Amino acid sequence: MKLSTFKPAWPWASLATLLASAPAAFGQATAPAPDKIAALEGLVSAAQTSGDNAWMLTSAALVLMMTGPALALFYSGLVRSKNVLGTMMQSFVLMALVSVLWAVVGYSIAFGEGNAFFGNPMQYFLLSGVEGAPNGDYAPTIPHQTFMVFQLMFAIITPGLICGAYAERMKFSAMVLFSTLWLLLVYCPMAHMVWGKGGYFNAFLPPAGGGIRAFDFAGGTVVHITSGISALVCAILLGPRKGYGKEPMKPHSLVLSFIGACLLWVGWFGFNAGSALGAGPVATSAFVATHFGAAAATLGWLGMEWIRSGKPSVLGGISGAVAGLVAITPASGFVKPGPALIIGFAAGIFCYLMCAVVKNKFGYDDSLDAFGVHGAGGTLGAILTGVFATNAVNSALKDGDKPAALGLIDGAGYQVVNQIIASGVAWAIAIAGSFVLLKLVDMIVGLRLSEEDERDGLDLSQHGEEGYNLES
Amino acid sequence: MKKIEAIIQPFKLEEVKEALKGIGIDGMTVTEVRGHGRQKGHKEVYRGQEYMVDLLPKCKVELVVGDSRVEEVIKTLTAAARTGKIGDGKIFLYDVAEAIRIRNDERGESTL
Repeated sequence: MKLSTFKPAWPWASLATLLASAPAAFGQATAPAPDKIAALEGLVSAAQTSGDNAWMLTSAALVLMMTGPALALFYSGLVRSKNVLGTMMQSFVLMALVSVLWAVVGYSIAFGEGNAFFGNPMQYFLLSGVEGAPNGDYAPTIPHQTFMVFQLMFAIITPGLICGAYAERMKFSAMVLFSTLWLLLVYCPMAHMVWGKGGYFNAFLPPAGGGIRAFDFAGGTVVHITSGISALVCAILLGPRKGYGKEPMKPHSLVLSFIGACLLWVGWFGFNAGSALGAGPVATSAFVATHFGAAAATLGWLGMEWIRSGKPSVLGGISGAVAGLVAITPASGFVKPGPALIIGFAAGIFCYLMCAVVKNKFGYDDSLDAFGVHGAGGTLGAILTGVFATNAVNSALKDGDKPAALGLIDGAGYQVVNQIIASGVAWAIAIAGSFVLLKLVDMIVGLRLSEEDERDGLDLSQHGEEGYNLES
Repeated sequence: MKKIEAIIQPFKLEEVKEALKGIGIDGMTVTEVRGHGRQKGHKEVYRGQEYMVDLLPKCKVELVVGDSRVEEVIKTLTAAARTGKIGDGKIFLYDVAEAIRIRNDERGESTL
Protein backbone atom coordinates (compact mmCIF):
# COMPACT_ATOMS: atom_id res chain seq x y z
CA MET A 1 0.00 0.00 0.00
CA LYS A 2 3.07 2.20 0.09
CA LEU A 3 2.85 5.00 -2.43
CA SER A 4 6.28 6.13 -3.45
CA THR A 5 4.82 8.70 -5.81
CA PHE A 6 2.99 10.59 -3.08
CA LYS A 7 2.98 14.36 -3.56
CA PRO A 8 1.09 16.55 -1.13
CA ALA A 9 -0.43 18.59 -3.95
CA TRP A 10 -3.36 20.90 -3.36
CA PRO A 11 -5.98 18.77 -5.15
CA TRP A 12 -8.45 21.37 -6.38
CA ALA A 13 -5.84 23.70 -7.85
CA SER A 14 -4.31 20.78 -9.75
CA LEU A 15 -7.72 19.63 -10.88
CA ALA A 16 -8.47 23.06 -12.30
CA THR A 17 -5.19 23.10 -14.21
CA LEU A 18 -5.87 19.66 -15.55
CA LEU A 19 -9.41 20.48 -16.64
CA ALA A 20 -8.25 23.64 -18.37
CA SER A 21 -5.80 21.70 -20.48
CA ALA A 22 -8.07 18.68 -20.99
CA PRO A 23 -9.57 19.54 -24.41
CA ALA A 24 -6.11 19.96 -25.84
CA ALA A 25 -4.93 16.73 -24.28
CA PHE A 26 -7.82 14.61 -25.48
CA GLY A 27 -8.00 16.36 -28.84
CA GLN A 28 -4.63 14.92 -29.77
CA ALA A 29 -4.15 11.35 -30.86
CA THR A 30 -0.76 11.14 -29.13
CA ALA A 31 -0.24 9.66 -25.63
CA PRO A 32 -0.68 11.99 -22.63
CA ALA A 33 2.43 13.91 -21.76
CA PRO A 34 4.44 12.69 -18.75
CA ASP A 35 3.62 15.80 -16.77
CA LYS A 36 -0.12 15.08 -17.17
CA ILE A 37 0.41 11.56 -15.81
CA ALA A 38 2.36 12.97 -12.91
CA ALA A 39 -0.44 15.45 -12.22
CA LEU A 40 -3.01 12.64 -12.26
CA GLU A 41 -0.89 10.52 -9.93
CA GLY A 42 -0.69 13.48 -7.61
CA LEU A 43 -4.48 13.78 -7.59
CA VAL A 44 -4.93 10.08 -6.90
CA SER A 45 -2.59 10.11 -3.95
CA ALA A 46 -4.18 13.31 -2.64
CA ALA A 47 -7.57 11.63 -2.79
CA GLN A 48 -6.24 8.61 -0.91
CA THR A 49 -4.71 10.90 1.68
CA SER A 50 -8.07 12.60 2.20
CA GLY A 51 -9.84 9.28 2.72
CA ASP A 52 -7.18 7.70 4.92
CA ASN A 53 -6.64 10.83 6.95
CA ALA A 54 -10.36 11.23 7.66
CA TRP A 55 -10.52 7.71 9.06
CA MET A 56 -7.29 8.05 11.02
CA LEU A 57 -8.31 11.31 12.69
CA THR A 58 -11.65 9.72 13.57
CA SER A 59 -9.85 6.66 14.92
CA ALA A 60 -7.53 8.79 17.04
CA ALA A 61 -10.55 10.50 18.58
CA LEU A 62 -12.24 7.12 19.20
CA VAL A 63 -9.16 5.82 20.99
CA LEU A 64 -9.01 8.89 23.23
CA MET A 65 -12.67 8.24 24.08
CA MET A 66 -11.63 4.78 25.31
CA THR A 67 -9.72 6.40 28.18
CA GLY A 68 -12.13 9.23 28.92
CA PRO A 69 -14.88 8.52 29.54
CA ALA A 70 -14.95 4.79 28.70
CA LEU A 71 -12.20 3.34 30.92
CA ALA A 72 -12.86 5.96 33.60
CA LEU A 73 -16.52 4.89 33.79
CA PHE A 74 -15.75 1.18 33.56
CA TYR A 75 -13.26 1.30 36.43
CA SER A 76 -14.95 3.88 38.62
CA GLY A 77 -18.18 1.88 38.66
CA LEU A 78 -16.27 -1.10 40.03
CA VAL A 79 -14.83 0.71 43.06
CA ARG A 80 -16.61 1.77 46.24
CA SER A 81 -18.41 5.10 46.09
CA LYS A 82 -15.77 6.89 48.19
CA ASN A 83 -13.22 6.27 45.40
CA VAL A 84 -15.31 7.13 42.33
CA LEU A 85 -13.71 10.50 41.55
CA GLY A 86 -10.20 9.39 42.41
CA THR A 87 -10.51 6.52 39.96
CA MET A 88 -11.88 8.77 37.21
CA MET A 89 -9.09 11.23 37.92
CA GLN A 90 -6.44 8.56 37.32
CA SER A 91 -7.67 8.09 33.75
CA PHE A 92 -8.17 11.79 33.18
CA VAL A 93 -4.81 12.97 34.45
CA LEU A 94 -3.14 10.47 32.10
CA MET A 95 -4.90 12.12 29.16
CA ALA A 96 -3.00 15.29 30.04
CA LEU A 97 0.24 13.90 31.45
CA VAL A 98 0.99 11.38 28.70
CA SER A 99 0.18 13.94 26.00
CA VAL A 100 2.84 16.29 27.32
CA LEU A 101 5.40 13.50 27.77
CA TRP A 102 4.65 12.25 24.25
CA ALA A 103 5.25 15.67 22.73
CA VAL A 104 8.51 16.22 24.57
CA VAL A 105 10.28 12.90 24.14
CA GLY A 106 7.87 9.92 24.28
CA TYR A 107 7.07 9.78 20.57
CA SER A 108 10.73 10.01 19.74
CA ILE A 109 11.71 7.12 22.04
CA ALA A 110 8.94 4.98 20.55
CA PHE A 111 9.15 5.88 16.87
CA GLY A 112 12.50 7.61 16.36
CA GLU A 113 15.22 5.68 14.58
CA GLY A 114 17.64 4.28 17.10
CA ASN A 115 18.71 0.75 17.89
CA ALA A 116 16.50 -2.34 18.10
CA PHE A 117 15.23 -1.40 21.58
CA PHE A 118 15.07 2.41 21.86
CA GLY A 119 14.27 5.15 19.40
CA ASN A 120 16.58 8.17 19.36
CA PRO A 121 14.98 10.51 21.91
CA MET A 122 16.35 13.59 20.16
CA GLN A 123 15.13 12.81 16.63
CA TYR A 124 11.57 14.04 17.22
CA PHE A 125 12.32 15.99 20.41
CA LEU A 126 9.40 18.38 21.00
CA LEU A 127 7.90 16.90 17.81
CA SER A 128 10.44 18.63 15.58
CA GLY A 129 10.09 17.30 12.06
CA VAL A 130 6.69 15.75 12.78
CA GLU A 131 4.53 17.75 10.41
CA GLY A 132 2.07 17.50 7.53
CA ALA A 133 4.26 15.44 5.22
CA PRO A 134 3.88 11.70 5.71
CA ASN A 135 6.50 9.46 7.25
CA GLY A 136 6.92 6.95 4.43
CA ASP A 137 8.17 4.22 6.75
CA TYR A 138 5.14 4.16 9.04
CA ALA A 139 2.17 5.49 7.11
CA PRO A 140 2.84 6.86 3.63
CA THR A 141 -0.69 8.13 2.95
CA ILE A 142 -1.39 10.24 6.04
CA PRO A 143 0.38 13.23 7.58
CA HIS A 144 3.11 12.28 10.03
CA GLN A 145 1.26 14.33 12.65
CA THR A 146 -1.82 12.14 12.26
CA PHE A 147 0.26 9.03 12.86
CA MET A 148 1.89 10.66 15.88
CA VAL A 149 -1.38 11.72 17.49
CA PHE A 150 -3.03 8.34 16.78
CA GLN A 151 -0.15 6.58 18.55
CA LEU A 152 -0.39 9.08 21.40
CA MET A 153 -3.90 7.84 22.21
CA PHE A 154 -2.50 4.31 22.68
CA ALA A 155 0.17 5.64 24.99
CA ILE A 156 -2.55 7.33 27.08
CA ILE A 157 -4.75 4.30 27.64
CA THR A 158 -1.94 1.81 28.37
CA PRO A 159 -0.84 3.16 31.78
CA GLY A 160 -4.54 3.84 32.40
CA LEU A 161 -5.27 0.12 32.28
CA ILE A 162 -2.83 -0.49 35.16
CA CYS A 163 -5.02 1.69 37.45
CA GLY A 164 -7.30 -1.33 37.86
CA ALA A 165 -4.64 -3.16 39.88
CA TYR A 166 -3.78 -0.45 42.40
CA ALA A 167 -7.31 0.94 42.67
CA GLU A 168 -8.52 2.41 45.95
CA ARG A 169 -5.12 2.50 47.69
CA MET A 170 -2.36 4.28 45.73
CA LYS A 171 -1.36 7.87 46.44
CA PHE A 172 -2.12 10.26 43.60
CA SER A 173 1.45 11.61 43.67
CA ALA A 174 2.86 8.08 43.46
CA MET A 175 0.49 7.21 40.62
CA VAL A 176 1.58 10.27 38.61
CA LEU A 177 5.29 9.63 39.17
CA PHE A 178 5.02 5.89 38.45
CA SER A 179 2.99 6.47 35.27
CA THR A 180 5.52 9.03 34.00
CA LEU A 181 8.51 6.75 34.48
CA TRP A 182 6.62 3.68 33.28
CA LEU A 183 5.53 5.37 30.06
CA LEU A 184 9.05 6.45 29.14
CA LEU A 185 10.94 3.35 30.31
CA VAL A 186 8.52 0.48 29.70
CA TYR A 187 5.86 1.52 27.17
CA CYS A 188 7.93 3.58 24.73
CA PRO A 189 10.77 1.01 24.39
CA MET A 190 8.24 -1.81 23.97
CA ALA A 191 6.38 0.18 21.31
CA HIS A 192 9.71 0.79 19.57
CA MET A 193 10.61 -2.90 19.61
CA VAL A 194 7.32 -3.95 18.03
CA TRP A 195 6.27 -1.01 15.87
CA GLY A 196 9.28 1.31 15.61
CA LYS A 197 11.54 1.32 12.56
CA GLY A 198 14.29 -1.24 13.13
CA GLY A 199 12.60 -2.54 16.31
CA TYR A 200 13.68 -6.01 17.38
CA PHE A 201 10.27 -7.61 16.82
CA ASN A 202 9.12 -5.44 13.92
CA ALA A 203 7.99 -7.73 11.10
CA PHE A 204 7.53 -4.94 8.57
CA LEU A 205 10.52 -2.68 9.28
CA PRO A 206 13.01 -5.23 10.65
CA PRO A 207 16.30 -4.21 12.24
CA ALA A 208 19.55 -4.47 10.32
CA GLY A 209 20.88 -7.96 10.94
CA GLY A 210 17.38 -9.26 11.60
CA GLY A 211 15.33 -9.61 14.76
CA ILE A 212 12.43 -11.88 15.58
CA ARG A 213 9.35 -11.48 13.41
CA ALA A 214 6.37 -10.91 15.71
CA PHE A 215 2.85 -9.83 14.73
CA ASP A 216 1.03 -7.36 16.92
CA PHE A 217 -1.54 -5.52 14.86
CA ALA A 218 -2.88 -3.13 17.48
CA GLY A 219 -1.12 -3.79 20.75
CA GLY A 220 -1.41 -7.25 22.29
CA THR A 221 2.18 -7.16 23.54
CA VAL A 222 2.74 -3.40 23.53
CA VAL A 223 -0.51 -2.40 25.24
CA HIS A 224 -2.16 -5.32 26.99
CA ILE A 225 0.75 -7.51 28.08
CA THR A 226 2.87 -4.60 29.31
CA SER A 227 -0.03 -3.04 31.24
CA GLY A 228 -1.58 -6.30 32.43
CA ILE A 229 1.67 -7.79 33.73
CA SER A 230 2.70 -4.50 35.31
CA ALA A 231 -0.70 -4.53 36.96
CA LEU A 232 0.08 -7.87 38.60
CA VAL A 233 3.38 -6.48 39.91
CA CYS A 234 1.52 -3.45 41.31
CA ALA A 235 -1.10 -5.63 43.00
CA ILE A 236 1.56 -7.78 44.66
CA LEU A 237 3.94 -4.96 45.68
CA LEU A 238 1.21 -2.65 47.02
CA GLY A 239 -0.51 -5.47 48.87
CA PRO A 240 -4.22 -5.91 49.25
CA ARG A 241 -6.67 -3.18 50.23
CA LYS A 242 -7.37 -2.88 53.95
CA GLY A 243 -10.04 -5.42 54.80
CA TYR A 244 -9.70 -7.31 51.49
CA GLY A 245 -11.39 -10.68 51.77
CA LYS A 246 -13.11 -9.69 55.05
CA GLU A 247 -15.19 -6.63 54.26
CA PRO A 248 -17.50 -6.51 51.27
CA MET A 249 -15.97 -4.51 48.40
CA LYS A 250 -18.82 -4.56 45.95
CA PRO A 251 -18.81 -2.44 42.80
CA HIS A 252 -20.70 0.72 43.73
CA SER A 253 -22.34 1.24 40.33
CA LEU A 254 -22.41 -1.37 37.60
CA VAL A 255 -24.49 1.15 35.67
CA LEU A 256 -21.38 3.31 35.20
CA SER A 257 -19.33 0.23 34.32
CA PHE A 258 -21.91 -0.83 31.76
CA ILE A 259 -21.83 2.52 29.97
CA GLY A 260 -18.03 2.47 30.08
CA ALA A 261 -17.82 -1.03 28.61
CA CYS A 262 -20.18 -0.19 25.74
CA LEU A 263 -18.12 2.90 24.94
CA LEU A 264 -14.96 0.76 25.05
CA TRP A 265 -16.47 -1.64 22.49
CA VAL A 266 -17.18 1.25 20.10
CA GLY A 267 -13.85 2.96 20.75
CA TRP A 268 -12.03 -0.29 20.03
CA PHE A 269 -13.02 0.00 16.35
CA GLY A 270 -10.74 3.03 16.21
CA PHE A 271 -8.06 1.17 18.15
CA ASN A 272 -7.95 -1.92 15.93
CA ALA A 273 -9.32 -0.83 12.56
CA GLY A 274 -7.39 2.43 12.92
CA SER A 275 -4.21 0.38 13.29
CA ALA A 276 -4.47 -0.35 9.56
CA LEU A 277 -3.24 3.27 9.27
CA GLY A 278 -5.59 3.75 6.33
CA ALA A 279 -9.17 3.16 5.27
CA GLY A 280 -8.62 0.11 3.05
CA PRO A 281 -9.70 -3.54 3.23
CA VAL A 282 -7.34 -4.38 6.12
CA ALA A 283 -9.13 -1.76 8.24
CA THR A 284 -12.46 -3.40 7.43
CA SER A 285 -11.09 -6.82 8.24
CA ALA A 286 -9.77 -5.60 11.60
CA PHE A 287 -13.10 -3.91 12.34
CA VAL A 288 -15.02 -7.14 11.62
CA ALA A 289 -12.63 -9.36 13.61
CA THR A 290 -12.82 -6.95 16.55
CA HIS A 291 -16.58 -7.06 16.64
CA PHE A 292 -16.84 -10.84 16.40
CA GLY A 293 -14.12 -11.33 18.99
CA ALA A 294 -16.01 -9.19 21.50
CA ALA A 295 -19.32 -10.91 20.77
CA ALA A 296 -17.97 -14.46 21.18
CA ALA A 297 -16.08 -13.57 24.36
CA THR A 298 -19.22 -12.11 25.93
CA LEU A 299 -20.99 -15.43 25.42
CA GLY A 300 -17.96 -17.40 26.64
CA TRP A 301 -17.76 -15.51 29.94
CA LEU A 302 -21.53 -15.53 30.47
CA GLY A 303 -21.70 -19.26 29.81
CA MET A 304 -18.95 -20.04 32.32
CA GLU A 305 -20.64 -17.90 34.92
CA TRP A 306 -24.04 -19.43 34.29
CA ILE A 307 -22.60 -22.92 34.72
CA ARG A 308 -20.40 -22.19 37.75
CA SER A 309 -22.47 -19.77 39.83
CA GLY A 310 -25.95 -20.27 38.48
CA LYS A 311 -26.59 -16.79 37.08
CA PRO A 312 -25.28 -14.88 34.07
CA SER A 313 -24.43 -11.37 35.32
CA VAL A 314 -24.18 -7.96 33.64
CA LEU A 315 -20.68 -7.56 35.05
CA GLY A 316 -19.82 -10.94 33.53
CA GLY A 317 -21.15 -9.92 30.13
CA ILE A 318 -19.25 -6.64 29.95
CA SER A 319 -16.07 -8.19 31.37
CA GLY A 320 -16.27 -10.87 28.70
CA ALA A 321 -16.65 -8.26 25.97
CA VAL A 322 -13.55 -6.41 27.17
CA ALA A 323 -11.59 -9.68 27.43
CA GLY A 324 -12.51 -10.50 23.83
CA LEU A 325 -11.54 -7.03 22.62
CA VAL A 326 -8.18 -7.40 24.37
CA ALA A 327 -7.46 -10.83 22.89
CA ILE A 328 -8.44 -9.90 19.33
CA THR A 329 -6.30 -6.75 19.40
CA PRO A 330 -3.01 -8.31 18.21
CA ALA A 331 -4.84 -10.61 15.77
CA SER A 332 -7.22 -8.12 14.17
CA GLY A 333 -5.92 -7.16 10.74
CA PHE A 334 -4.37 -10.62 10.36
CA VAL A 335 -7.27 -13.05 10.90
CA LYS A 336 -10.58 -13.98 9.28
CA PRO A 337 -13.92 -13.72 11.11
CA GLY A 338 -14.05 -17.45 11.98
CA PRO A 339 -10.78 -17.44 13.94
CA ALA A 340 -11.87 -14.14 15.50
CA LEU A 341 -14.85 -15.97 16.98
CA ILE A 342 -12.56 -18.73 18.29
CA ILE A 343 -10.08 -16.26 19.81
CA GLY A 344 -12.89 -14.29 21.45
CA PHE A 345 -14.67 -17.34 22.84
CA ALA A 346 -11.41 -18.74 24.25
CA ALA A 347 -10.60 -15.38 25.83
CA GLY A 348 -14.02 -15.17 27.49
CA ILE A 349 -13.54 -18.53 29.17
CA PHE A 350 -9.84 -18.10 29.98
CA CYS A 351 -10.16 -14.61 31.47
CA TYR A 352 -13.19 -15.68 33.52
CA LEU A 353 -11.11 -18.48 35.07
CA MET A 354 -8.20 -16.09 35.72
CA CYS A 355 -10.47 -13.60 37.55
CA ALA A 356 -12.83 -15.96 39.35
CA VAL A 357 -10.57 -18.92 40.18
CA VAL A 358 -6.84 -18.21 39.83
CA LYS A 359 -6.96 -14.84 41.61
CA ASN A 360 -8.67 -16.39 44.64
CA LYS A 361 -6.20 -19.25 44.72
CA PHE A 362 -3.18 -16.95 44.92
CA GLY A 363 -4.81 -14.19 46.95
CA TYR A 364 -3.36 -11.13 45.17
CA ASP A 365 -5.69 -8.13 45.17
CA ASP A 366 -5.84 -7.25 41.46
CA SER A 367 -8.76 -5.09 42.44
CA LEU A 368 -10.44 -4.51 39.08
CA ASP A 369 -8.79 -7.45 37.26
CA ALA A 370 -6.34 -5.53 35.08
CA PHE A 371 -4.08 -8.60 35.06
CA GLY A 372 -6.90 -11.14 34.76
CA VAL A 373 -8.35 -9.40 31.70
CA HIS A 374 -5.49 -7.52 30.01
CA GLY A 375 -2.48 -9.60 31.02
CA ALA A 376 -4.17 -12.94 30.50
CA GLY A 377 -6.27 -11.94 27.47
CA GLY A 378 -3.35 -10.09 25.86
CA THR A 379 -1.04 -13.09 26.17
CA LEU A 380 -3.64 -15.51 24.86
CA GLY A 381 -4.38 -13.21 21.91
CA ALA A 382 -0.70 -12.70 21.09
CA ILE A 383 -0.07 -16.44 20.93
CA LEU A 384 -3.25 -17.24 18.97
CA THR A 385 -2.26 -14.54 16.47
CA GLY A 386 0.65 -16.81 15.55
CA VAL A 387 -1.83 -19.62 14.90
CA PHE A 388 -4.46 -17.80 12.86
CA ALA A 389 -2.64 -14.95 11.05
CA THR A 390 -3.05 -15.37 7.30
CA ASN A 391 -1.93 -13.58 4.16
CA ALA A 392 -5.45 -13.99 2.81
CA VAL A 393 -6.28 -11.06 5.11
CA ASN A 394 -3.03 -9.15 5.18
CA SER A 395 -0.61 -9.42 2.26
CA ALA A 396 1.60 -6.49 3.20
CA LEU A 397 4.52 -8.74 4.07
CA LYS A 398 6.25 -10.15 0.99
CA ASP A 399 8.34 -13.24 0.45
CA GLY A 400 10.02 -12.39 -2.81
CA ASP A 401 7.10 -11.09 -4.91
CA LYS A 402 4.47 -13.31 -3.24
CA PRO A 403 2.70 -12.59 0.07
CA ALA A 404 4.65 -14.22 2.90
CA ALA A 405 3.16 -17.05 4.98
CA LEU A 406 2.08 -15.48 8.26
CA GLY A 407 0.78 -17.93 10.87
CA LEU A 408 0.42 -21.64 11.53
CA ILE A 409 -2.60 -21.90 9.22
CA ASP A 410 -0.46 -20.44 6.41
CA GLY A 411 2.12 -23.15 7.12
CA ALA A 412 4.43 -20.92 9.18
CA GLY A 413 4.32 -22.90 12.44
CA TYR A 414 7.43 -21.16 13.77
CA GLN A 415 5.37 -18.00 14.08
CA VAL A 416 3.69 -19.43 17.20
CA VAL A 417 7.14 -19.74 18.78
CA ASN A 418 7.99 -16.18 17.71
CA GLN A 419 4.79 -14.92 19.33
CA ILE A 420 5.61 -16.76 22.56
CA ILE A 421 9.11 -15.25 22.60
CA ALA A 422 7.79 -11.73 21.99
CA SER A 423 5.17 -12.20 24.72
CA GLY A 424 7.82 -13.53 27.09
CA VAL A 425 10.02 -10.52 26.46
CA ALA A 426 7.06 -8.20 27.06
CA TRP A 427 6.35 -10.05 30.33
CA ALA A 428 9.99 -9.75 31.39
CA ILE A 429 10.25 -6.04 30.59
CA ALA A 430 6.96 -5.34 32.37
CA ILE A 431 7.94 -7.31 35.49
CA ALA A 432 11.47 -5.93 35.77
CA GLY A 433 10.52 -2.37 34.79
CA SER A 434 7.52 -2.14 37.08
CA PHE A 435 9.34 -3.72 40.02
CA VAL A 436 12.24 -1.29 39.86
CA LEU A 437 10.04 1.75 39.22
CA LEU A 438 7.62 0.92 42.04
CA LYS A 439 10.52 0.50 44.49
CA LEU A 440 11.95 3.81 43.32
CA VAL A 441 8.63 5.65 43.63
CA ASP A 442 8.08 4.08 47.06
CA MET A 443 11.41 5.56 48.21
CA ILE A 444 10.63 9.01 46.81
CA VAL A 445 6.96 9.64 47.71
CA GLY A 446 5.63 6.36 49.15
CA LEU A 447 3.21 4.20 47.19
CA ARG A 448 0.30 3.65 49.54
CA LEU A 449 -2.19 5.88 51.20
CA SER A 450 -2.07 6.05 54.99
CA GLU A 451 -4.56 3.74 56.66
CA GLU A 452 -6.74 6.73 57.52
CA ASP A 453 -6.67 8.13 53.98
CA GLU A 454 -7.52 4.74 52.54
CA ARG A 455 -10.47 4.46 54.90
CA ASP A 456 -11.69 7.94 53.93
CA GLY A 457 -11.30 7.14 50.23
CA LEU A 458 -9.39 8.70 47.34
CA ASP A 459 -12.01 11.37 46.69
CA LEU A 460 -11.69 13.07 50.06
CA SER A 461 -8.09 12.27 50.94
CA GLN A 462 -6.49 12.94 47.54
CA HIS A 463 -8.78 15.47 45.89
CA GLY A 464 -10.82 17.10 48.67
CA GLU A 465 -14.20 16.43 47.08
CA GLU A 466 -16.92 13.81 46.88
CA GLY A 467 -18.55 12.19 43.88
CA TYR A 468 -22.05 12.03 45.25
CA ASN A 469 -23.43 14.90 47.29
CA LEU A 470 -27.00 13.69 47.19
CA GLU A 471 -28.16 15.83 50.09
CA SER A 472 -26.96 19.11 48.57
CA MET B 1 -51.53 7.06 73.31
CA LYS B 2 -49.42 4.37 71.71
CA LYS B 3 -46.61 4.51 69.20
CA ILE B 4 -46.82 1.79 66.56
CA GLU B 5 -43.51 0.95 64.97
CA ALA B 6 -43.80 -1.43 62.04
CA ILE B 7 -40.85 -2.87 60.11
CA ILE B 8 -42.26 -3.97 56.76
CA GLN B 9 -41.21 -5.11 53.31
CA PRO B 10 -40.41 -2.05 51.15
CA PHE B 11 -42.69 -3.24 48.34
CA LYS B 12 -45.62 -3.32 50.78
CA LEU B 13 -45.28 0.35 51.75
CA GLU B 14 -47.78 1.68 49.22
CA GLU B 15 -50.46 -0.88 50.21
CA VAL B 16 -49.93 -0.13 53.91
CA LYS B 17 -50.19 3.62 53.32
CA GLU B 18 -53.41 3.23 51.33
CA ALA B 19 -54.94 0.88 53.90
CA LEU B 20 -54.16 3.27 56.77
CA LYS B 21 -55.56 6.18 54.80
CA GLY B 22 -58.71 4.07 54.31
CA ILE B 23 -59.34 3.98 58.06
CA GLY B 24 -58.57 7.68 58.49
CA ILE B 25 -54.94 7.59 59.62
CA ASP B 26 -53.13 10.48 57.97
CA GLY B 27 -49.90 11.01 59.89
CA MET B 28 -46.91 8.73 59.76
CA THR B 29 -43.12 8.78 59.47
CA VAL B 30 -41.39 6.40 57.08
CA THR B 31 -37.68 5.56 57.14
CA GLU B 32 -35.66 3.33 54.82
CA VAL B 33 -33.75 0.95 57.06
CA ARG B 34 -31.71 -2.24 56.75
CA GLY B 35 -31.93 -5.29 58.96
CA HIS B 36 -32.90 -8.88 59.31
CA GLY B 37 -34.76 -11.19 61.61
CA ARG B 38 -35.14 -14.84 60.76
CA GLN B 39 -35.04 -14.18 57.05
CA LYS B 40 -31.75 -15.26 55.53
CA GLY B 41 -29.90 -12.79 53.33
CA HIS B 42 -29.00 -13.37 49.70
CA LYS B 43 -25.82 -14.09 47.77
CA GLU B 44 -24.30 -11.71 45.22
CA VAL B 45 -21.46 -12.74 42.89
CA TYR B 46 -19.08 -10.28 41.23
CA ARG B 47 -16.55 -11.91 38.87
CA GLY B 48 -16.63 -15.05 40.99
CA GLN B 49 -16.30 -13.23 44.35
CA GLU B 50 -19.27 -14.13 46.52
CA TYR B 51 -20.77 -11.70 48.99
CA MET B 52 -23.48 -12.63 51.49
CA VAL B 53 -25.83 -9.71 51.94
CA ASP B 54 -27.53 -10.33 55.29
CA LEU B 55 -28.86 -6.85 56.06
CA LEU B 56 -31.82 -6.44 53.78
CA PRO B 57 -33.64 -3.24 52.89
CA LYS B 58 -36.83 -2.68 54.92
CA CYS B 59 -39.20 0.21 55.63
CA LYS B 60 -39.91 1.43 59.13
CA VAL B 61 -43.35 3.01 59.54
CA GLU B 62 -43.94 4.95 62.75
CA LEU B 63 -47.26 6.38 63.84
CA VAL B 64 -48.87 7.45 67.11
CA VAL B 65 -52.59 6.80 67.72
CA GLY B 66 -55.06 7.07 70.58
CA ASP B 67 -55.44 3.94 72.72
CA SER B 68 -58.93 3.25 71.36
CA ARG B 69 -57.67 2.88 67.81
CA VAL B 70 -54.60 0.72 68.40
CA GLU B 71 -56.13 -2.70 67.64
CA GLU B 72 -57.90 -1.44 64.54
CA VAL B 73 -54.69 0.07 63.16
CA ILE B 74 -52.67 -3.06 63.89
CA LYS B 75 -55.27 -5.23 62.19
CA THR B 76 -55.29 -3.02 59.10
CA LEU B 77 -51.52 -2.78 59.00
CA THR B 78 -50.84 -6.51 59.33
CA ALA B 79 -53.47 -7.34 56.74
CA ALA B 80 -51.90 -4.93 54.24
CA ALA B 81 -48.26 -5.86 54.93
CA ARG B 82 -48.62 -9.63 55.06
CA THR B 83 -47.41 -11.97 52.29
CA GLY B 84 -47.29 -15.03 54.54
CA LYS B 85 -43.58 -15.59 53.97
CA ILE B 86 -40.55 -15.13 56.22
CA GLY B 87 -39.38 -11.52 56.01
CA ASP B 88 -42.76 -9.80 56.38
CA GLY B 89 -41.48 -7.90 59.41
CA LYS B 90 -42.68 -7.01 62.91
CA ILE B 91 -44.73 -4.48 64.81
CA PHE B 92 -43.65 -3.01 68.15
CA LEU B 93 -45.91 -1.03 70.50
CA TYR B 94 -44.73 1.70 72.89
CA ASP B 95 -46.51 3.88 75.41
CA VAL B 96 -46.33 7.56 74.56
CA ALA B 97 -46.09 10.02 77.47
CA GLU B 98 -47.16 13.14 75.62
CA ALA B 99 -47.68 14.62 72.15
CA ILE B 100 -47.07 18.32 71.54
CA ARG B 101 -47.86 20.29 68.40
CA ILE B 102 -44.94 22.56 67.70
CA ARG B 103 -47.04 25.15 65.85
CA ASN B 104 -49.25 26.13 68.81
CA ASP B 105 -48.15 24.19 71.94
CA GLU B 106 -51.34 22.11 71.82
CA ARG B 107 -51.03 18.86 73.84
CA GLY B 108 -52.67 15.46 74.04
CA GLU B 109 -54.56 13.14 71.70
CA SER B 110 -56.15 16.02 69.76
CA THR B 111 -52.74 16.76 68.22
CA LEU B 112 -52.66 13.39 66.43
